[in-house]
Amino acid sequence: MLSRSEVEHVAALARLELSEEEKELFAQQLREIIEYVNILQELPTDDVPPLVHVVPLKNVWREDEVEEHLEVEEVLSRAPDREERFFRVSRVV
Amino acid sequence: MKYEAVIGLEIHVELKTESKIFCSCRAAFGAEPNTHVCPVCLGLPGTLPVLNRRAVEYAIMAALALNCEITPYCKFDRKNYFYPDLPKNYQISQFDLPLAQNGYLEIDTPSGPKRVGIVRLHLEEDAGKLVHVQSGSSSYALVDYNRAGVPLIEIVSAPDLRSPEEARAYAEKLRQIMLYLGVSDCKMEEGSLRVDANISVRPAGSDVLGVKTEIKNVNSFRSLSRALAYEIERHVACLERGEKIVQETRGWDEERGVTFSMRSKEEAHDYRYFPEPDLPPLVIDAEWVESLRKALPELPDAKRRRFIEEYGLPENAATVLTATPEVADYFEETLKFYPQPRQVANWVMVELARCLNAAGISITASPVKPQALAQLLKLMDAGIISGKIAKDIFEEMFATGKDAESIVKEKGLTQITDEETIRQVVREVIAANPKVVADYKGGKEKALSFLVGQVMKATRGRANPGLVNQLLKEELSRE
Ligand SMILES: [Zn+2]
Repeated sequence: MLSRSEVEHVAALARLELSEEEKELFAQQLREIIEYVNILQELPTDDVPPLVHVVPLKNVWREDEVEEHLEVEEVLSRAPDREERFFRVSRVV
Repeated sequence: MKYEAVIGLEIHVELKTESKIFCSCRAAFGAEPNTHVCPVCLGLPGTLPVLNRRAVEYAIMAALALNCEITPYCKFDRKNYFYPDLPKNYQISQFDLPLAQNGYLEIDTPSGPKRVGIVRLHLEEDAGKLVHVQSGSSSYALVDYNRAGVPLIEIVSAPDLRSPEEARAYAEKLRQIMLYLGVSDCKMEEGSLRVDANISVRPAGSDVLGVKTEIKNVNSFRSLSRALAYEIERHVACLERGEKIVQETRGWDEERGVTFSMRSKEEAHDYRYFPEPDLPPLVIDAEWVESLRKALPELPDAKRRRFIEEYGLPENAATVLTATPEVADYFEETLKFYPQPRQVANWVMVELARCLNAAGISITASPVKPQALAQLLKLMDAGIISGKIAKDIFEEMFATGKDAESIVKEKGLTQITDEETIRQVVREVIAANPKVVADYKGGKEKALSFLVGQVMKATRGRANPGLVNQLLKEELSRE
């Protein structure tokens, strides 16, 4: 069973602020999802290798070559805040 | 009570590829902020990472040199955390299927060689760089994403290290191997080699681990051993007082020489790893591994052994001359033109090393190239210049980049081997130093070396010392 405090923990890790109603709602919804997954858990999968990737591809490479960079002005034009050539963010520690 | 320390190191090494690990941005250090970025490494929506083949090759080479088993089928995972050094809010790393596992590295300790286990080696992308700014009442951070996406390998040792000295030896040896492989420039001051240490103490002989702390932000090997020594003392003092050690991350304050707590509320590391859906698995076949294994350069231990056996060098000289591949190459290159290993070893370790240190440059930038050093040594062997003058000429060569022969010619430094010329000077010296001569005759052997010195001084070091000795004795016995 998924507890309310687990919902709060997951929300904190995802930097989501949830209202009390949302916590209830999402706890209920997540519970249902997990219950459904629990049904899948009943299948015998001992002989099935874990699926790493859904697309049957491997080793998609690029060679070690340098190509065009973005112009710094273009890069920073999308920044919410900047100072000179840096992104500026609020205090982190 | 006697305690023992249990130390494990996590070392991050930036790989020296041209481009980043998942995009074509330049990976080089030192560019203007945010000029080596593109939509992929900025984490813009709709972009896809594509793996740099050379980064994988470098990682495999590093793993092989550290005696690891390569994982034939591995994958990438997302490590999720919120910190502005990561534009995507996750780092592409490897979790349960790292590129390599179960290796070891051998270090020298006072009680002989010791094998230190390597638990795992995995590939990941580096994060951007934050500059913290405090101006007046406002404090904020500036972010440069040039480093975001530079290929990185993380190498995790087993908790096999028992002292700060062993930890330092391990880190230095690891760096040396990476330099030999040429996969990283391993500059701690530029962050291309970063060392974090896990440390705990326990009663000597116990096999239960104590509570550990993690030390971050050591920026030199010396700081690493200092920080560990401090932390060991702190743990022991805590335990002696009956206090509990708090599991936490601690920083190292170089100036005050202390570690300090970095995070008090340790939000349990909950990175919610999951397979990176944008990257297909990485399959490394045995053939590829073998071809890389065959192409590995000679590594430090093997080279040191060979220098001892092939060139008859003493162990400490072999260690010094194999410290970096550049020094070893310089030494062997000089031998091609002047095959006298001990002689060359001395010049490289003493004269050359002194000049390089004084000038603060690396051996590859030495103004005196191997062939030029060989030429100087040949002039000395041929008796054209004396050993004393050779050292002066070497300094001149180092300062001007000129070759030995031109300096000898320009300055008239050729050795004087003409008997009559030297005899003349010898007589003058004897005449000018009657008291010393009397001392010599009275049995004071030391007086002779003073007279030799005077002759050398009068000839500006150019007289052949053997002849000076011989002629002095002759002239003195004649009186
Ligand atoms: Zn990029």
